[in-house]
Amino acid sequence: MTEVSTAQRIEMGASAVAPDVRISINNLDFYYGTTRALKTINLPLYANMVTSFIGPSGCGKSTLLRVLNRMYDLYPNQRAEGEVLLDGENILAPGLDLNLLRARVGMVFQKPTPFPMSIYDNIAFGVGLYEKLNRSEMDQRVEQSLTRAALWKEVKDKLTASGLSLSGGQQQRLCIARTVAVKPEVILFDEPCSALDPISTARIEELIDELKADYTIAIVTHNMQQASRVSDATAFMYLGELMEFGKTKDMFTKPQNPKTQDYITGRFG
Amino acid sequence: MSSASSSRSVMTDIGARQRVLKGLRFGDQVFAAVCKAAAVSVLVILGGVFVSLIGGAWPAFHKFGLAFFVTEAWNPVTDQFGAIAPIFGTLVTSAIAMLIAVPVGVGIAVFLTELCPLVLRRPLGVAIELLAGIPSIIYGIWGLFFFAPFLQQYVQPVLIGTFANVPVLSTLFAGPPYGIGILTSALVLAIMVLPFVTAISRDVFESVPPVLKEAAYGLGCTRWEVVRNVVIPFTRVGVIGGCMLGLGRALGETMAVTFVIGNAHRISGSLLAPGTTISATIANEFTEAVGDMHTSSLLAIGLILFLISFIVLAFARLMLMQLDKKAGA
Repeated sequence: MTEVSTAQRIEMGASAVAPDVRISINNLDFYYGTTRALKTINLPLYANMVTSFIGPSGCGKSTLLRVLNRMYDLYPNQRAEGEVLLDGENILAPGLDLNLLRARVGMVFQKPTPFPMSIYDNIAFGVGLYEKLNRSEMDQRVEQSLTRAALWKEVKDKLTASGLSLSGGQQQRLCIARTVAVKPEVILFDEPCSALDPISTARIEELIDELKADYTIAIVTHNMQQASRVSDATAFMYLGELMEFGKTKDMFTKPQNPKTQDYITGRFG
Repeated sequence: MSSASSSRSVMTDIGARQRVLKGLRFGDQVFAAVCKAAAVSVLVILGGVFVSLIGGAWPAFHKFGLAFFVTEAWNPVTDQFGAIAPIFGTLVTSAIAMLIAVPVGVGIAVFLTELCPLVLRRPLGVAIELLAGIPSIIYGIWGLFFFAPFLQQYVQPVLIGTFANVPVLSTLFAGPPYGIGILTSALVLAIMVLPFVTAISRDVFESVPPVLKEAAYGLGCTRWEVVRNVVIPFTRVGVIGGCMLGLGRALGETMAVTFVIGNAHRISGSLLAPGTTISATIANEFTEAVGDMHTSSLLAIGLILFLISFIVLAFARLMLMQLDKKAGA
């Protein structure tokens, strides 16, 4: 039932207006030391759309995601070449303010990563880095974010409890709330449901669907059904190369590349 | 027929297994007994030390009563003994040492785990471990022959001069620059404690899951914010543990302190003045303690050191429990 409604919405969104390119990845190469993990990737990410990256393990989809907020910068020996334009500005340029970039491009990880502090502080912490809010404004922001992440009802009576005391699904929604709270422009999801049960997964998929009204979203997933359910556009990657990119419903019904066909029908991967 | 024979062979198999098991069971019982004996021996040794300290210290406590804890005099000739000077020296030197070593040690650990270029990481780590491996007697002679004269010539005159007209600090840094004294021993202790704090902090910092740090960086945190709000809260139990281990060493350290503290049984407001600690007093005087009361007093301050260490450990435990409760984890 939800599947049908999601598909309808995608159709409407895609046909209503020509999509804006929010992020433009041009000739991107990525190296772990001397290993070339991404080979000349060219890919647009559209505003208010969910783009999913699929492909077998080790194909570079998580690597690509980690380029978009330059998370790889934390590690020596990893480097990217090429160009990634966020609203026309090259985020790979040296001298870019990484903290600002990461505030604009939020990320949700495979495993829930609540900080070792209270539920309230988990949200307020990130917000407090950029905005000086008074207590009531902060309370409001925390409530908004938790409501946004469909977690408010479950935690509103225990905001001072540790973030670690929540269940896995709740922790992941807390992480989404935390990401949303700092008001990013782009949200990256790196296999956000792979550690969760089916009910939490469904909730988070619904959430992603709601979030795209306000954000540009990229999601890495190993789950074909998930990609077809939540995303508007899909990029299939294989061995560091982008094999095919297109509208999700086209990709899953009539893929152009035989490799894509094999992968989505489960013949390898 | 065939079924009967097979069942008989199963029976003999079980018999053989039981015999083997019986042999193993004996070994198992011996193993359990040996482990139990090892565990009990700890209690026996601890109890034995405690009882003999109390027994040895009893005459001093009996004669001086509670005044022993607050009397400054330490005079073998008149048989007057009081413990306050060595207690004061022990606590003050350790406190100053921790005040210096904890921020520096944690800072080094943060540098090693978060900021350091890869090429520097190993050499620095090894250097820290080597610092921990230097025997305390070497710190002692280094402190006496090099560090103390250096402080006396260059640092202490500056301190005295600079703070001469500042109300509280002029008392703390008063008097002639002896070189040796409370401050010098505290500095040497800080150097000795530093590797403990650093090594343990570094190990626990490395135990922070990378993805947790990435999550914080992903919100746009600076390195300072990640360390302050994620790394340290996540590892505080380990860091406090490392600090307590360091404090334990500082409280009990004997040789190096004996060399540079000056061994004066008095309490002075100035950190530059000579003083003494419990362990330094014992190390200096046990060979020449001829009077019974002198020996008993030395044992009594030994007992006090034992209790101080115990209280410090208990306090650390309590603090950790309190922190856990607050975190709600």
